[in-house]
Amino acid sequence: MPEETVKTYKLDREINSVLATDCGSTTTKAILIEKVNGEYRLVVRGEAPTTVEAPFEDVTMGARNAIREVEELTGRRLLDENGVITPRQPDGSGVDIYLSTSSAGGGLQMMVAGVIKIMTAESAERAALGAGAIVMDTISIDDGRKPFEKIQRIRHLRPDMILLSGGIDGGTITHVVQIAELIAAAEPKPRLGIGFKLPIIYAGNADARSHMEKILGEKTDLRVVDNIRPVLEKENLGPAREEIHRLFMEHVMAQAPGYNKLMKWTPVPIMPTPGAVGLLMQQAARTFDLSLVGVDIGGATTDVFSVFGANHEFFNRTVSANLGMSYSICNVLLEAGVANIRRWIPFDIDEADLRNRIRNKMIRPTTIPQTMEELIIEQALAREALRLAFEHHKSLAVGLRGVQRTIDVSRTFADQQVSAGTLVDLMELGMLVGSGGVLSHAPRRVQSALMMLDAFVPEGFTRLTVDSIFMMPQLGVLSTVHPEAATQVFDRDCLIRLGEALAPVGPGRDGQDAVTVTMTPSQGKPVTVTVPFGSMALLPLPEGTTAEVEAKPHQGLDVGGGRGRTVKRTIEGGVVGFIIDARGRQPFVLPDDTKERNRKLIEWLRALDVYPAEYLDQLAKA
Amino acid sequence: MANAYTPGLKVTEQATVRKTRRLPILGEVLVQPGQEVRPDDVVARASLPGNPQTVNLAALLGVGEPQDVVHYLLKKPGDPVKKGEVIARTSGLFGLFKKEVTSPIDGTIEMVSTVTGQAVLREPPIPVEVTAYIKGKVVDVIPREGAIIETTGAFIQGIFGVGGERRGIIDVAVSSPDDILDAPAIGPQHKGKVVVGGSLMTGAAIKKAAQVGASALVAGGIIDTDLVEFLGHDIGVAITGHEDVPLTLMITEGFGRIRMAQRTFDLFRQLAGEECSINGATQIRAGVMRPEVIVPGHKPSGLVAQQNLQEGLAPGMPVRIIREPYFGLLAEVVDLPPELQVIETEAKVRILHARLQDGRVVTIPRANVEIIES
Repeated sequence: MPEETVKTYKLDREINSVLATDCGSTTTKAILIEKVNGEYRLVVRGEAPTTVEAPFEDVTMGARNAIREVEELTGRRLLDENGVITPRQPDGSGVDIYLSTSSAGGGLQMMVAGVIKIMTAESAERAALGAGAIVMDTISIDDGRKPFEKIQRIRHLRPDMILLSGGIDGGTITHVVQIAELIAAAEPKPRLGIGFKLPIIYAGNADARSHMEKILGEKTDLRVVDNIRPVLEKENLGPAREEIHRLFMEHVMAQAPGYNKLMKWTPVPIMPTPGAVGLLMQQAARTFDLSLVGVDIGGATTDVFSVFGANHEFFNRTVSANLGMSYSICNVLLEAGVANIRRWIPFDIDEADLRNRIRNKMIRPTTIPQTMEELIIEQALAREALRLAFEHHKSLAVGLRGVQRTIDVSRTFADQQVSAGTLVDLMELGMLVGSGGVLSHAPRRVQSALMMLDAFVPEGFTRLTVDSIFMMPQLGVLSTVHPEAATQVFDRDCLIRLGEALAPVGPGRDGQDAVTVTMTPSQGKPVTVTVPFGSMALLPLPEGTTAEVEAKPHQGLDVGGGRGRTVKRTIEGGVVGFIIDARGRQPFVLPDDTKERNRKLIEWLRALDVYPAEYLDQLAKA
Repeated sequence: MANAYTPGLKVTEQATVRKTRRLPILGEVLVQPGQEVRPDDVVARASLPGNPQTVNLAALLGVGEPQDVVHYLLKKPGDPVKKGEVIARTSGLFGLFKKEVTSPIDGTIEMVSTVTGQAVLREPPIPVEVTAYIKGKVVDVIPREGAIIETTGAFIQGIFGVGGERRGIIDVAVSSPDDILDAPAIGPQHKGKVVVGGSLMTGAAIKKAAQVGASALVAGGIIDTDLVEFLGHDIGVAITGHEDVPLTLMITEGFGRIRMAQRTFDLFRQLAGEECSINGATQIRAGVMRPEVIVPGHKPSGLVAQQNLQEGLAPGMPVRIIREPYFGLLAEVVDLPPELQVIETEAKVRILHARLQDGRVVTIPRANVEIIES
């Protein structure tokens, strides 16, 4: 959770051109970055289907195809029979460095175990998530399951590895040994490599290491690293995460078809895709000096990242393994329920029809909405997937539980309730970064902005951005070898600035003034608007410009300076502009009555010009 | 990407199908390359270590220090035990107040921990067998893991299914691909059979099929809520095949009432009376797995229209539209403009023009059509 030192790699040459791929579960994406007039910029990108699975079973085929697109677009030779040509040759062929990330073949799937669910097990979960893993299950002494149920679960799942923690150094060893005995009894098998021993990383009480060797040494591929929780007050995730990355390369990647070849193309270890995105998010928080939440909504999973704290010291990542827009779209329906999806749809739709449409999207995931109606349904589902993933994130992104002012274990338990609050402070949140097809490729950028506002309900001032073409994984791994290049490309070519949003917080009366805003753009005349409670407004503020904003809340609402206090601030423009969202926060509610709700939704969609006016007119008439 | 259309499902009278039959853990392969196998033949076998049970001896015996439990053991690690047999006993005070711990299972004592005071007992090994699933020939053996079986015959992929591997004689219970397969069409004669319907299998038909002991049902569509009722739970993620259900279901077109593609229906009619292997397992992700019906040894009649789709989409090619507003309709490609076009949603995408069966020519994103492969 506290930010850790990132392992970096020193290179023996000057870097002027970088080729990086991300081997995703469906698509392999290649980007070419070059130094142009002293600045690192994205030159071109290429993509091709990933080829990890049958009938190809060689990841390098997909990587070659994606890179070939880059070759065609640039007219430069980048590949030879041995892989990517490095360094760049005098004849112009090749690049100075090749890098890659991967989430193909299911990514990194882990199981974690600890003694106490909300302490060592939670620390282990954070270590695994931060390293880019999907956590299949978390086992602890107090997880409410009987020993045989835990054993059955361990046997049933076939993770890539298990991270076992428990106990502080010098503390009691009984409980962590008990967990180790359960794991040994289950005789777990790895997902890949039939006949291989399952890697287990032990990151618990140092005094129990000899017991671990005895219990797990023969049955598993045991690795021992420093305790994840050496004392109650400290979390030490670095060594466990490094070992996870090492094992990901040695065990998971080495077993995946073609990775042995791919690993030889690059001097830097292949990084799990979400791990790389996490690095980039941390760097972005430092660069822009603000707290941020990033989200990547994919077909199968949704990853949420957050960086908070005065020194951006609280980094958290969660993955909602079964919330996505295609493969697991029915799980969004299941978890959110029909009513929650329908509340974002401004027209009547039969429940059975809606359910069948969602199922059909699941079984044919590559289809795209052709009608406005279909687009609205898809974006309604995205709002719920994002909302649920964010709820999940907030519940896990918490401070070390029970350690504030604690001096002994009894006090620790007493403090759990008071210190278990989320680190995600929506008023402190300075920037939202959206990524994934539904956000990056929405036909109108304002649709992405509104989806994020509806799902995350940010408070006060928040900058809204989306990733243009999802190159954050490649930039994340690049940041380990060339932070400057990664930052420049992220800022100039990756991030699309949608604009700024302002949301007053507090209950209010519909129709009465909520906030008066005076915006003085760096180019243009000042504008003053008063937005009533329950409404939205959009003030144009082009990308590349800034504005001085004075926001005066009414009705005792809070825009970031406290109840009723005026706030002044400089904001950046964007392709959407400055959105004033006076629909209310704490609570943010939609009308229960369908007719009234549809009317309000259409009013907001019109205010922001989210869908074509003539289409909204038709809806209003209906 | 070059191919902006959904690769279609295979529906063919004649295909060579290879199935890799693999154990979950290392074991013994029972077949040889070249050997002919039947669907029920076991091709590989292994023993999974039995289920373990933990017994907290220290707590049950009331021993203060876990390391002391070894003094009270009547059985040592490696010893076989019977359920109810005493495995540890304290001597008590003057022979009174003895405490005993009995084995909860038939098995062996695997280990006794002096750190935690718990014993691990293990049940006998669980045999795991992998059958051939299809009638065919062993073309390769993966040492200690399994075998690859090959067959030639008819092969029909569906779009979604539930339930695992089964087999049975194909029986087409409706007269047209538009017909709904309802309960009255199913009777005792369908016991052990794979029953094929038209545009929809109703919830009542599924119940009746389960009652009469049918092996599987196949139809164009299913109503989402009927599927949920049949399974007893909702499906969140598209990974199926391991459900504990009395019969396998396969849909060929999608959710809702959707006419089965004529070619698929015609082929099922050709195959009526022949034995097939069917699997409902579906996994929609990279490395997609679709449900399937395989009829080994089927001799092509030539009556079912064939297509060659090696070159991808082309004018004149029949396609199925797989998204609203024309979902489920069949059409013929008219042309494929190369440039991106703006569709109703304002997205710029690759499109095609297609002629629907009623003669209308419509614009469809290429991603929203599917070729029925042969």
